[in-house]
Amino acid sequence: MNNDKLMIGGHEFHSRFILGSGKYSIKLIEAAVKDAGAEIITLAVRRANTKEQESILDYIPEGITLLPNTSGARNAEEAVRIARLARELGCGRFVKIEIMRDSKYLLPDNQETIRATEILAKEGFVVMPYMYPDLNAARDLTNAGAASIMPLASPIGSNKGLAAREFIQILIDEIDLPVIVDAGIGKPSQACEAMEMGAAAIMANTALATAGDLAMMASAFKSAIEAGRKAYLAGLGRVLTRGASASDPLTGFLRD
Amino acid sequence: MENQFFVNAEHLPPKALAKKHRLETDPAFRKNHMEYLPGMEVTKSDVCANVMAQMNSYDYFKYTAVDVKAALEHDTCSIEDFKALLSPAAEPFLEQMALRARLETSRHFGNTVYLFTPLYIANYCENYCVYCGFNCYNHIKRMKLSMEQIEKEMKIIADSGMEEILILTGESRGQSSVEYIGEACKLARKYFRMTGLEIYPVNTDEYRYLHECGADYVTVFQETYDTDKYEKLHLFGHKRVWPYRFDAQERALRGGMRGVAFSALLGLSDFRKDAFASALHVYYLQRKYPHAEMSLSCPRLRPIINNDKLSPLDVHEKQLCQVLCAYRIFLPYVGITVSSRESAKFRNGIVKIAATKVSAGVSTGIGDHESKYTGKETDNVQGDEQFEIDDNRSFDNMYKDIEKEGLQPVLNDYLYV
Repeated sequence: MNNDKLMIGGHEFHSRFILGSGKYSIKLIEAAVKDAGAEIITLAVRRANTKEQESILDYIPEGITLLPNTSGARNAEEAVRIARLARELGCGRFVKIEIMRDSKYLLPDNQETIRATEILAKEGFVVMPYMYPDLNAARDLTNAGAASIMPLASPIGSNKGLAAREFIQILIDEIDLPVIVDAGIGKPSQACEAMEMGAAAIMANTALATAGDLAMMASAFKSAIEAGRKAYLAGLGRVLTRGASASDPLTGFLRD
Repeated sequence: MENQFFVNAEHLPPKALAKKHRLETDPAFRKNHMEYLPGMEVTKSDVCANVMAQMNSYDYFKYTAVDVKAALEHDTCSIEDFKALLSPAAEPFLEQMALRARLETSRHFGNTVYLFTPLYIANYCENYCVYCGFNCYNHIKRMKLSMEQIEKEMKIIADSGMEEILILTGESRGQSSVEYIGEACKLARKYFRMTGLEIYPVNTDEYRYLHECGADYVTVFQETYDTDKYEKLHLFGHKRVWPYRFDAQERALRGGMRGVAFSALLGLSDFRKDAFASALHVYYLQRKYPHAEMSLSCPRLRPIINNDKLSPLDVHEKQLCQVLCAYRIFLPYVGITVSSRESAKFRNGIVKIAATKVSAGVSTGIGDHESKYTGKETDNVQGDEQFEIDDNRSFDNMYKDIEKEGLQPVLNDYLYV
């Protein structure tokens, strides 16, 4: 278990919880780092575009990898511009691509995301694209140079859990990159379930940000993710999807 | 009881007074409010027809407590559910609506509340809209700020900590040209992270120009979706043309603006129908322009200079709260702005339920930020206000009060790309 590392773009991480952006506050960062053990923290570049910028960047503790995202981008060109701006701001080489052409559900645009991934990967970014869980798009992202893929579990902020479970499982089974489940994870049990399926890590924000006790919820996520990971590594027992197994074999009547 | 809209006009020369009276009393003297004037771009769109068909068939007395309860139980709020939530039958369910609204707000916006301030740069107006303090027949101090004066105002506002600004003018192309507003936007980009506009409606190419100057959000209030009532309140000027105003947001989006804001001025006509139409205006445009950011405001009629009797009539705080909760449940992804027309107490309460943006450090006058922000007496000429505000809180006090409510004030969440 101690040797169980998460590798993204040649970087090594021990924690499998990533703090998403969106509902941001200093208290949330504190809880994510101290109580959930996060080593990667997302930062919306557009939210960092404030005079309060220093205070947010200053708060990111030593050893934490900042993952700037391109939220607000509506196409590949805008995402590329935001990613370059993030690098100028001193946010490092990592970038999470978020491209939305839909302000209602905030669903990612896979096609534009593939284009942006290709451009940014060539420029040396460690590209982590947020995507709609589609196998063909995931393969294209892999070929475009993505360092991981980040399929959504359900609509962002919805806390609805693994609505896209079957499709995420296909990605986990077929894609060789780390599959990080992003968006829609509303409770620790859902995070645990995704980890049991073989997800490499979980990204969450709203579930923590809107909890009554931030610190306690952060620590609950930590435990759930570790439990799910252990179960996955241990190899889950046989799970029957339909009916129970008969104690007398159904084929017991066969004579030879 | 109806509002008495007409302002005292003792300062007008006899000829102007005679025209004013004729506009007020003789409908045949007024231009057709549904007909475009020369130079106004005609937008081919089905949004207006959809909104109006829905509004005209909306009979809010039809809905009962059963419909309201069902609406609150549904995962997704349909147009029918929204109709029930806006109806009088929903009034006894205000607390339940607030709980549901709070849940939706928190899902989509977390604990954040955005702050902005308006900056009026001119109050000249070429229209006669009877309820507005800027109307061309109202005897007020008129003013248009020079670029130097605008820059001075912006510096004072930016020094207070504000990062988002909404530039406003009276509706006068003659006094406040598109180029004049464009230059103000260029200045705003120097001092603020986000610039919005609330000016007279313009054509698509003009919106594109203003976007290139640095503006990215356009607010146009339709005032009322009741076209007959609109005709009786907007007696003269470009603003009288109702359909050109209706399509303004669509032209702004086609011109490249990132977001648009909508509203009816509650208290002018039947507020339930106006609120219903405002939300549907957002709903149908969102379906057509899914990338656009949309927001709703909910201003209520306020007293103006020379008419302190104006009131929002039957739209009391309870009704306003009902409208806002219904907006939030029907359009959970949409920003909701509550202005300083409302009291500090109301705004403190509503940011915990449905509102996501509030103004602070507000002046609706022209060129008076120095005296209002620093208390310093100045010799500067100042222009009169559009309406009286209620909540006078400064940026600092608003910031602290939002934090006290357990929410997170946000100054900017935007990049001009």
